[in-house]
Amino acid sequence: MLLNQFLLLAAVLFAIGVYGVIARRNGVAVLMSIELILNAVNINLIAFSAMNNSVAGQVFALFVIAIAAAEVGVGLAIVLVIYRTHHSIDLDRVDSMKG
Amino acid sequence: MAAAANADVPVNVAQNVGFGIIAAAMVVGAIRVVTTHNVVHAALWLVLVLAGAAAQFILLAAEFVALTQVLVYIGAIVVLFLFGVMLTRALIGGDAELTRPNRAGAVVTGVLMLGLLSFTLIDTFGNDRLPSDTRVTLRRDAVSQFEADTGIVTAGMNEEDLVAQVAALSDIDDRERTRQVSAARAIAPDGAGQVGDVSIDSNVAAVSDSIFSQYLLPFEIVSVLLTAALIGAIVIARKE
Repeated sequence: MLLNQFLLLAAVLFAIGVYGVIARRNGVAVLMSIELILNAVNINLIAFSAMNNSVAGQVFALFVIAIAAAEVGVGLAIVLVIYRTHHSIDLDRVDSMKG
Repeated sequence: MAAAANADVPVNVAQNVGFGIIAAAMVVGAIRVVTTHNVVHAALWLVLVLAGAAAQFILLAAEFVALTQVLVYIGAIVVLFLFGVMLTRALIGGDAELTRPNRAGAVVTGVLMLGLLSFTLIDTFGNDRLPSDTRVTLRRDAVSQFEADTGIVTAGMNEEDLVAQVAALSDIDDRERTRQVSAARAIAPDGAGQVGDVSIDSNVAAVSDSIFSQYLLPFEIVSVLLTAALIGAIVIARKE
């Protein structure tokens, strides 16, 4: 297998995730797009771990997974509070701090 | 680059076909995650992408990360997403306001980013092959391979001894010497230990050995971070 086939797959997932973060306006959907980006990074880490015969990439992927779990927990709590105060999770309407 | 070193490795057709099928499913799933009009469906398409990523990890012989991916992502994070959808009462029957009306900027950004990344990756890594045995080489196997290649007895040696021994070999060319020096560094135990100190006989053991020695401090910091994040989430979401 080529190293590049994994890296290009990760690049496609990353670009789709970036598109989702910009185009989506539902808070939960934006968080899902961020998960796509984090997964693309994990695929890169594991591919380079296999390429260099080192477990360091796998250890970093595990850390990324743990941090993603923390991020989703806090992110969904914030979305919940936005829903409670704005009665909607449309991120375009969260503009109270706009000058 | 490593391409030359692995150029003679035969192509494993089954691996490549498996990769292609899983990759196609992942790309379709990812596009559906960002385009579907129903946020519950988006969560379910996300499961497909995450499971595909776990399958790719197994293809790259990182089975521990693959299992963690299934347990943490599919088992916990997707369920958390579904709870989030439920608690924010997004319409189950479809929600047209999920996406911004003008998304030309998003499409341009995504395509530009993909183009730039693809160009850079192809330019940098070209046709570099993964090592024939893509699993992380077990240290025990690597040691016997090294001993067979160089005729050096490794027992009781540390990294510096091994590198010095390789440098002293007279019957190999420079290219081979570089390769064996990196092999010697790879099999040498971390710190001041000696070869044969640790019996690492599986990939999971290699990962755990790495986490609980070299990466112990980051590991502890991550556990503190997780605790802080969970307490923070409870405090933020709690009703007054």
